[in-house]
Amino acid sequence: MSGTSTTQTRGEELAPVTTEDLTALLVGGERPPRPSALSASLTFGWRAVLKIKHVPEQLFDVTAFPIMMVLMYTYLFGGALAGSTTAYLQFVLPGILVMSVVMITMYTGVSVNTDIEKGVFDRFRTLPIWRPAPMVGYLLGDVLRYTVASAVMMTVGLVMGFRPAGGVVGVLAGVALLLVFSFCFSWAWTMFGLMLRSEKSVMGVSMMVLFPLAFLSNIFVDPATMPGWLQAFVNNNPVSHLTSAVRVLMDGGWPPTEIAWTLGWGAALTAVFGTITMRLYNRK
Amino acid sequence: MTRQSSRSAHSGPAIETSNLVKVFGETRAVDGVDLTVPTGTVYGVLGPNGAGKTTAVKVLATLLRPDGGEARVFGHDVVAEADAVRGRVSLTGQYASVDEDLTGTENLVLLGRLLGHRRAAARARAAELLAAFGLSRAAGRQVKHYSGGMRRRIDIAASILNTPDLLFLDEPTTGLDPRSRNQVWEIVRAVVAQGTTVLLTTQYLDEADQLASRIAVIDHGRVIAEGTKGELKASVGAGSVHLRLREAEQRPRAERVLAAVLGESVELGADPLALTARITAADGSKGPAAAELAARALADLAGQGVVVDNFSLGQPSLDEVFLALTDRRPVDAPAVDEQPAAEGRERGREG
Repeated sequence: MSGTSTTQTRGEELAPVTTEDLTALLVGGERPPRPSALSASLTFGWRAVLKIKHVPEQLFDVTAFPIMMVLMYTYLFGGALAGSTTAYLQFVLPGILVMSVVMITMYTGVSVNTDIEKGVFDRFRTLPIWRPAPMVGYLLGDVLRYTVASAVMMTVGLVMGFRPAGGVVGVLAGVALLLVFSFCFSWAWTMFGLMLRSEKSVMGVSMMVLFPLAFLSNIFVDPATMPGWLQAFVNNNPVSHLTSAVRVLMDGGWPPTEIAWTLGWGAALTAVFGTITMRLYNRK
Repeated sequence: MTRQSSRSAHSGPAIETSNLVKVFGETRAVDGVDLTVPTGTVYGVLGPNGAGKTTAVKVLATLLRPDGGEARVFGHDVVAEADAVRGRVSLTGQYASVDEDLTGTENLVLLGRLLGHRRAAARARAAELLAAFGLSRAAGRQVKHYSGGMRRRIDIAASILNTPDLLFLDEPTTGLDPRSRNQVWEIVRAVVAQGTTVLLTTQYLDEADQLASRIAVIDHGRVIAEGTKGELKASVGAGSVHLRLREAEQRPRAERVLAAVLGESVELGADPLALTARITAADGSKGPAAAELAARALADLAGQGVVVDNFSLGQPSLDEVFLALTDRRPVDAPAVDEQPAAEGRERGREG
């Protein structure tokens, strides 16, 4: 047909691709072996870092929010609960650190939820890679955010007069345990991110889960004065185990029981919510 | 072609489905589809919005699990052997299947790494592809700032990072200007020339005609016609001639001439100067081409002293295909006034 050949000539003039170039691209290059689970997950983690680079405003929640928490709780409760703000800070800072990081884990759910509807997820899901890699990538990116939050809070704390007896090693050990637990706990949010329809509902559910977990714990006060039924919850709350462990680590001690409880909870959360997350991800 | 032989011993069709079903709630989005897509060709799936094209593609690309029937890609079951299928296909979705927050380079490097390239190799490959697709200058910009045509290109570039054996292109030119559309077509031709099989969904008969060797027309989740372009066109007609005369009193004479040359009943438009006639000529070998018949009709009209002010030869539109095949217009396509529904109904019996 004469019509076809006209279109073709015009197409070649305009096309950004010369057929030879493209042909060379298509035949050149061997197919590399598929990446390992670790490599694929790290690549997705890199994607999360790139997103932070392009939208640095999203670091607001891991910088401003924790600073606000430290200042607020220290000066609000310090005098009343411990006689002085400096004395209270020694007790409350590890707890506030735990609370802030555990609270910001919920943004994992929000970012999964806003991302999953986009076309790029269809591409990821058609790649021959380890299936959980995109989800693990989110969590790795978030671990970076938790690290930033921890660094910011420790700096503010030190400026305000926090003097951990455990020194650098104790603080780093405490933060490391916190990051491990938060990574495991975040699987709950990837699940909600995939399960719920909108960003708003993810936020709503997150608050319902996070507020009792954060406040019904030993973060602010010693549970000894609480009624028995509440103590039963508080003492078995994973956040309490984590807080005790971080507190003792930063104070220069070594709490094997609390560490074991924290890691045990972490493993259980990952097993349950990780499994549900992957089931939802594969069904999407 | 060496790629084909080295990859797999499978010698059958690229895609084979039998009675494929996908249900969303009450809607049977894909309702018993049987397709056989030969390896190394472009296979067109033509249908209006909501016909089930995208759903079918998603099932074949392992994104959705079928609710019934069976689908095999290069002999691998899309459910049981999903991973084997994923190793050989690429998908370019209707919307850009790239990360809008990342730059062009970052997107391609990301995918290169996920496909197993080392960092340096992934970077080199990304740069090559961006250059070949004319995107070098936009390489450092976030994809959300790209134009529609640029998005399509980066999307297709992402799909051929590792040359796939089967490429799904879901409405690759919807919403593109004619120039960008031509460029996409050129890319598709180059990809197919290298031995990749392409499954192309489209709303435009023109596009299927340009690229595909076989076409399935799909509506309400069912295949309502399947065949080579020639077969499909023969069942629909090669197009229509639209005439506008200078003088209304010459219209009966013009009608007779057209009927004699084209052998089809001629429709008289509401405008007393207008006539429309269908051309049923088959493509190529079987008889004279549509344009040739139209030229003959014009010559005869001039010979009879009929003055033609305006003349156009139109390809059959998706609308006409649907009229011919389903007795009705596709819900989403704009109605064409010149085509009386009665004619479509008559012809529908054949399809």
